[in-house]
Amino acid sequence: MKIGVLASQGAFAEHIAKLQQLGVEAVPVRLPGELAGLDGLVIPGGESTSISKLMRHYHLTGEIKDLAKNGLPVLGTCAGMILLGRRENGADPETLELMDFTVRRNAFGRQTDSFETELAVPALGEKPFPAVFIRAPLIEEVNGGLEILARLADGTIVAARQGNLVALAFHPELTDDLRCHRYFLDIVAEYRKK
Amino acid sequence: METGTWKVKSGLAQMLKGGVIMDVVNPEHAKIAEDAGACAVMALERVPSDIRAAGGVARMADLTIIEAIMKTVSIPVMAKCRIGHFVEAQALEAMGVDYIDESEVLTPADENFHVWKHDFKVPFVCGCRNLGEALRRIGEGAAMIRTKGEAGTGNIVEAVRHMRAVMDGVSQLAKAPREELMTQAKEMGAPFELVLEIHQTGKLPVVNFSAGGVATPADAALMMQLGADGVFVGSGIFKSSNPSKMAQAIVKVTTHYKDASIIVEVSKNLGDAMPGLDIKQIPADELLASRGW
Repeated sequence: MKIGVLASQGAFAEHIAKLQQLGVEAVPVRLPGELAGLDGLVIPGGESTSISKLMRHYHLTGEIKDLAKNGLPVLGTCAGMILLGRRENGADPETLELMDFTVRRNAFGRQTDSFETELAVPALGEKPFPAVFIRAPLIEEVNGGLEILARLADGTIVAARQGNLVALAFHPELTDDLRCHRYFLDIVAEYRKK
Repeated sequence: METGTWKVKSGLAQMLKGGVIMDVVNPEHAKIAEDAGACAVMALERVPSDIRAAGGVARMADLTIIEAIMKTVSIPVMAKCRIGHFVEAQALEAMGVDYIDESEVLTPADENFHVWKHDFKVPFVCGCRNLGEALRRIGEGAAMIRTKGEAGTGNIVEAVRHMRAVMDGVSQLAKAPREELMTQAKEMGAPFELVLEIHQTGKLPVVNFSAGGVATPADAALMMQLGADGVFVGSGIFKSSNPSKMAQAIVKVTTHYKDASIIVEVSKNLGDAMPGLDIKQIPADELLASRGW
């Protein structure tokens, strides 16, 4: 199994380390040629505006869109979630528009509002997930067949799946809990069989 | 829900990795930086080369400017306080800036003590010239470090010196026999627990950017290849002849720092880089890197 981690900008090394801990080959992706032969792709946390511009300039946007539409599993965390969703009225940044939700950036405020919480994610089992939210986005409006994976206590949607695509508003790459990555690899394994 | 934890403070720095943080002095600059793909901006009243030229006392920027910049861009906004000036830091935290740089570029407010940064919810980045200095700042609560270089010179030599010193320090600790660690901690004046941590993990406990001297895309790629997690560019962008183009070029090479063909491609037709200064021509008491301890 070979997973690519988009390395335009952000916490890609952290994702690579988690995937390697799970015994998977993980490689950074900066140019379209590096997408060849991947079984899955992770879009990490970082600055979504910065990642979006670098993706577009180096022709990754269209390639990733095509691959994902043809079933390549993609996990997006924080900035990665923004890039998987849609923006209201064409607001920055330009996203992949692969998942049927609109996303609000910096939804919880500025850095001093960033937080950690024990988040119930039923798909990962009973034990809550130690979720780290950093200048995090949230899923504002759901327009399609989206499976909601987690909500905060006030009902805010912070994790969702749509077929081969998984979006998380928090950073599983910053914690020692590997369940989110394992969950994604199970989807990768499922899609490899197809 | 818990805010202001070590994880969210050091975690934001992890999200900035592979990116470029640009000095900006007004909302127009901030917009150019964001449009070029900067991962954050540093809001200042003057870029370091102008601070150097003006002399006198350099303080925290006018809060009106910082506020205007915060309203203009959606990326993180950093701002500088003077070394040891914890009240400037309190003001910046209350304003909601995303990161505070306790910076030698401003005139120090305290010649003995840095800010006790653990008390703040907002994370801090601090400068260093070697591993001991980096670990002292982390011990005080810095959630990110940057090598100092010599700000406002457009000369990369000090940035290289400081980055090499930090990286060499890490690799020496990683391979040192355990019985040498306490002596190493004593000699570099660093907290023992952090020395032990580096010995065990083989890496710095927080993200480390390069600062002070980047004036060209090749400079940025050089610092990345030497081990920087990302780069701060101060005067290098808005003192060049085409700031927007220079900013975009530095963003691209910071991602593709090992790809010489991309370095070539972005370095063409850039116009003039900022004018550079020979460090040897600067009187010793005007060197910024020696501020702080």
